[in-house]
Amino acid sequence: MSNVAVFDQNAGAGVLAESPLSHVSGRKGGSSPGVILREKAFMGYLTLRGNAADAAFCEGVEQVLGMPLPTAPMALHQNTQKGSSILWISPDEWLILLPGGTEYETELALRAELSGHFAVVNVSGGLTLLTVTGPDARHLLHKSTGYDVHPRNFPVGKGVTTTFAKATAIIRRPSETTWELVVRRSFADYCYRWLVDASREFGLDAEI
Amino acid sequence: MLHIYCPYCGEHREESEFRPKGQAHILRPKDPDNCSDEVWADYLFFRDNPRGLHHEMWLHATGCRKYFNVTRDTVSYEILETYKMGEQPKITAQSRAAGGEK
Repeated sequence: MSNVAVFDQNAGAGVLAESPLSHVSGRKGGSSPGVILREKAFMGYLTLRGNAADAAFCEGVEQVLGMPLPTAPMALHQNTQKGSSILWISPDEWLILLPGGTEYETELALRAELSGHFAVVNVSGGLTLLTVTGPDARHLLHKSTGYDVHPRNFPVGKGVTTTFAKATAIIRRPSETTWELVVRRSFADYCYRWLVDASREFGLDAEI
Repeated sequence: MLHIYCPYCGEHREESEFRPKGQAHILRPKDPDNCSDEVWADYLFFRDNPRGLHHEMWLHATGCRKYFNVTRDTVSYEILETYKMGEQPKITAQSRAAGGEK
């Protein structure tokens, strides 16, 4: 139990929230688009830091999230029931993705469960998530990042922090056909415009 | 483009993900109040600039954001090994001279 002052950063339904891509108009992709781009706006993001060698820390996280803490590099664990996931970012840092609106209660639950040297920070306002699907999704990523996204190097259940179109992004692969990009809010417009340009040859359907 | 092995991520990544951070294994004088100006200045300002084998710190800036150490040949740019913070290099000028690992 920690006595850090925290507050619910989600203002609720009474206040208009705008995604960082609220200003773009999207694109109609025709009958067979090669790339389908969607934004999953207003997700909850928590940065978790702690000692993975501490059994109590690992158990506490698993208790709250209902999925084990990933200790292998770049491992992505998902809880499909809750619609949440946790990704290894560095040996002592993880990114927790939650359905929007549940981040505050999860933060409180983690703070109640964990003790000692750890940190939980709500970073929901700073990030957004783009999903890339379609038959040419991987070809689009080949053009955009230096990281090897071939299935032999990038199986389902992996997520990496790497360079994406001269910006930084987290590339995740939660399922066989879906790629997810977690980008900073301030880079969302740039990344979107890069994706529109890079997917021109494949045909893009972007309903943002 | 260098291909650098990050000991924390356990993978080779492209050079553009990393930042060089200068000489590694610089020890802060244990008792700064009582060390000589020469020792303190050496600690603060003076760095080796060898031709050949060099131990450096690198930062995996757009990856795991951890510092780690690199043994690199400044002539050929060849990276001989990378190792975590707090560890000692396996390849040194002495081990090379002794005809061990190159």
